[in-house]
Amino acid sequence: MAQAHTTHDGSHGSYQSYIIGFVLAVVLTVASFAAVMTHALAPGMALAALGVLAVVQIVVHLVFFLHMNTSNEQSWNLMCFIFAAVSVIVIIGGTLFIMHDTAINMMSR
Amino acid sequence: MAHEATMSPLAHADGHDHEHHHESPNVFGFWLYLMTDCILFGSIFAAFAVLRNQYAGGPSGKELFDLTNVGIETAILLFSSITYGFASLSALAKNKGMVLLWLAVTFVLGLSFVGLEVTEFTHMIAEGNGPDRSAFLSAFFTLVGTHGLHVTCGLIWMAVLMVQMMGPQDLSPRMMDKLTCLSLFWHFLDIVWICVFSFVYLAGVM
Repeated sequence: MAQAHTTHDGSHGSYQSYIIGFVLAVVLTVASFAAVMTHALAPGMALAALGVLAVVQIVVHLVFFLHMNTSNEQSWNLMCFIFAAVSVIVIIGGTLFIMHDTAINMMSR
Repeated sequence: MAHEATMSPLAHADGHDHEHHHESPNVFGFWLYLMTDCILFGSIFAAFAVLRNQYAGGPSGKELFDLTNVGIETAILLFSSITYGFASLSALAKNKGMVLLWLAVTFVLGLSFVGLEVTEFTHMIAEGNGPDRSAFLSAFFTLVGTHGLHVTCGLIWMAVLMVQMMGPQDLSPRMMDKLTCLSLFWHFLDIVWICVFSFVYLAGVM
């Protein structure tokens, strides 16, 4: 195990990769807050910007902090993650879709 | 894989050097737990998304949320992510003193995050805007509270690991696994927080 940790440094990151990830995360976070706090964008556009920035920042965190990659060693981790991500999208998307439809039909909105 | 996963960590540490080039089954198992946690948060986010406009005559996010406070919380969590990263790197370099130092820094940051959140919650409840005020606030407290509870559990875990690491012994392979699992947990909570500040707080004040 000790060997695995010293010989596979690449999959555990380095000071450099942590700092690159951190800088990217700070830039994306500031962009999210600025999109809302400066009122520069229309609400619809700002919401879309928030969504895009959040997805990009999640990927940055996954790559630079959680060290996810497409190597063979990580294929099971990646596959489980994709399954979980699809499940979450189905849960959130499906819930919003069906509850919106219900609200329309019940004229509660 | 199944057989390996059921082996005790001690049995695993006895020889089988060729197997050690793979990620430990403990870490993979913990990754699976995190994926289920992901789905838990997904469900709570779905509930929040449905109830986000059900104010029941109560205050909306625009009146309640203080973005400066949220910005500070976000910065603290982001800093704690990178300080935990430095702890992981120190562990790989077998530098136990530095691991303890970075973990202590991470712990203090995490504690101040929880402190800020508890202060925010107590203020809201004191003003009559607790989880019982409206469906929106119930969903808000459930979502943000669940995240805060996870951070609190992470802090307890971190304190336990720091105590276990005290003393003259070297970092054992088992301890390295524990540090890796907590690292995954801690970075995962930062990812959940990205969704919280984007879709709860920032989208809530628009």
